[in-house]
Order: sequence, then structure tokens, then C-alpha cells
Amino acid sequence: MADIREYNPERAGGQPANDWSAYTSTIKRHPTQKPVALKQTLTEITGPTFTNGWTGPELVDLTKQHKAEPIGERMILAGRVLDENGRPVPNTLVEIWQANAAGRYAHASDTHPAPLDANFTGRGHMVTIAKGEYRFLSIVPGAYPWRNTYNAWRAQHVHFSVFGPAFATRIVTQMYFPGDPLLEFDPIYNAVPDEAARKRMISRYDPNLSEAEWALGYRFDIVLRGRHATPAGM
Amino acid sequence: MDTKLIPTATQTAGPFFHFGLLRPEWADLTGGGKAKGDKIVLEGRVIDGDGAPLPDAIVEIWHANAAGKYDHPDDSQDKPLDPHFRGFGRCFTDKDGIYRFITVKPGAVPGRGNALQAPHIAMSIAARGLLHHLFTRVYFAGESLNASDPVLTSVEDAARQKTLIAMANGKATGSTVWRFDVALQGKGETVFFDF
Repeated sequence: MADIREYNPERAGGQPANDWSAYTSTIKRHPTQKPVALKQTLTEITGPTFTNGWTGPELVDLTKQHKAEPIGERMILAGRVLDENGRPVPNTLVEIWQANAAGRYAHASDTHPAPLDANFTGRGHMVTIAKGEYRFLSIVPGAYPWRNTYNAWRAQHVHFSVFGPAFATRIVTQMYFPGDPLLEFDPIYNAVPDEAARKRMISRYDPNLSEAEWALGYRFDIVLRGRHATPAGM
Repeated sequence: MDTKLIPTATQTAGPFFHFGLLRPEWADLTGGGKAKGDKIVLEGRVIDGDGAPLPDAIVEIWHANAAGKYDHPDDSQDKPLDPHFRGFGRCFTDKDGIYRFITVKPGAVPGRGNALQAPHIAMSIAARGLLHHLFTRVYFAGESLNASDPVLTSVEDAARQKTLIAMANGKATGSTVWRFDVALQGKGETVFFDF
């Protein structure tokens, strides 16, 4: 018999629906049946822990993975992983990947005719520290065209993968940049119905995080589902 | 008082995640065969509504060790942990939509109340074209506990329930191969869960 402290349900409008034809790749990939409601068990409220170093050495400086520095505007990308109740989520894995300054991924399937940068891969990861904090040094990714519709461009973004304490808290998301004119036209960003939830995906320029004569600072906090205060379902 | 923060929404992993999330060693959950229990292969194909394979899906799994214990502080059961088994796996589908894990058969774990859950593996699928990852569960054909598993039996339609059951499909280097295909849409659409 197990004492289950459940994670809160996702809020209406706070998450994108998979059935969203403005993003054409969803058309043949979204389920048509309603998901089956599952009452959380030990399976859903547990998940991988990252305290014993099995994810390997952290990779937090994306500008020093090659012989020389990559082209682009340096940025410090930092924030905290929190739960809905504002509690920090330490010891959880944060992974990021992104395009280079010209808007090209170091990926064989990316055929956009923008230059690759031999000094930039665009991958980083670290386990959050005591206050749920993470911090990377990277460069600002470029916007790039995609074939969703004619002359479509993705807003500048950094991909994030975050686990949190349970299988139920796992998210894969994208971080955007303040003031990007492409956001208005981006069907992936706009797939999130609730405006406040959409805006949470936009990082904040933070002059206190910027380092003088060195790098811009963008702050991006990630909020995961929190738990009910009391055990349930006994 | 309800002053909760707004959770971060999910977004698609897109098509270019491979170099960012690559962890080939995470497809083997046994630490090179050191974990205790019956070694198994879990494999299958992920297909779209046209039956076409997804060459760009991320499949992740989470499950209990052979004794039915999760390596997590919230599992307070008096059962042994296995130092060689963490319970988490990640694998990308290949050009034919195939994913493949090497792991151990999980033991039964407690459900809610007095229920016992049949051995199962939690699975998450993220991909280009999925704005939110999908959750499903893998059960094993022939398990006597399947008939009373609260989650499996909550899917009343027999044909749909079958989409959650992996079938034994021969052996590979002494391990039973369990086949579990995932259909995202249409004919034979896999049951996905919301929790």
C-alpha cells in the first residue's frame, strides 16, 4: 500500500493541444481519441533522480566546446526550476539545444542554406543546484525558415528538456526572446491557448545578469507541476 | 490561499533534437547486463495516422526494478534497490520508426489503496508534430495480474486495451523480446493517458 501525494492536474488552456493544424506536422501525428484519465500511482509520482552523477560531467559553456569561439552574441542563460508553489527543484536534469547564430542546427537533416559554425554545436546540460538554479553560457540563436507554410520563420528559441521530481513533471519546451516580432506569427508558440502561459515561455532580459563588456543576460524560470498538500486516494 | 505560479507549457521537440539529447548508453537500463532480474528487450515501431514510421521520435521509459521497487525517495516500500538499475531509459526511433531498449522485467508495484498493479513500464513519446508529449503504459501479455490491474482494466474496450499489451516476440541473445508498437493516430491508435 502506498501513500500517494499526487501532482496537480494540468490547467485548462495552460498547455497546447496536439490537434493544432496551424502546425502542419501535427495533422497526421495527433491522437484522435480522448486520453484516458489515469489516477496517479507510485509509477507517475516517481521518476529518475540525478544525484549520483550518472548524467556525466556538466556541459554549461557552449562557447568552449571547440577550438575557437563561435560567432554570435554571447548570452548568459540562467534561471531556476520551480514548482507551482514556488519551491525550488534542485538535483534535476536540464538539457538545452539550439541553432547557431545564423539559424542553422548542427544536424544532418537541417538543410537551411545558412552557414554552419565549426565552433558551435549548441548542446548543454546540467543538474540544478540547491535553489533549483541553472546557468549556461551560449550565443543567441538565429531565426530560421521552415516549410510549415510559405515563407514561414520560426521565432528565435532555445529547446529545453527538464525532468523534475516525477515522470508526471517531465516537460520538453522552448524558450523564446522578448520583443521577437516573429512570435506573433509562430504557430508553435501560439499553440498554447492561455496568454499568460504563452508569455511564461518568453525569457526576460536581465541587466543584472548581463556581464559588462562580455555577454547579454537572459533569465528564464521553468515552473513544473506541484503537488497536493495532503495524501490522497487511500 | 491559491497563489500558484503558472506552469511552463510544453512545446514540440522539433526534428533537430538528436545532437542535443543523444545518450546512447541510456537505451540499456541494465548497466551492461549487471542489473538483477530477467533481461528483456523492449522494442517496437512508432507510426503516424498514415501508418508511416516516425523517424524523429524520442521514446523514454520509467519502471520499477525486478523486485518492484522504484529508485526514488517517494517509494517507501521495504524492497531492495538494485545499484545497477536506475529505471530510466531514452531512445530515439530510427529511420524505420523503430526504438529498442535493453532492460529487466519489472516486478509488480502497489497501486492506490489495496490494489496491486501488474508489471508495467511507463512510456513517454515526444516528437516533431507533438506539441505535448504523450504518456502510455506497456504491460506484458500473459501476466495473471493484468486481469485486475486498475489502470489496464479502466480501458474497457478490449481492442483498445490490447494496444497497451506487449507481445513476446522470440529471443535475442537469451533475452525475451517484447514487441510494443505505438500508433499515434487512427487504426489501432494506442491508448494514451492523462494524469
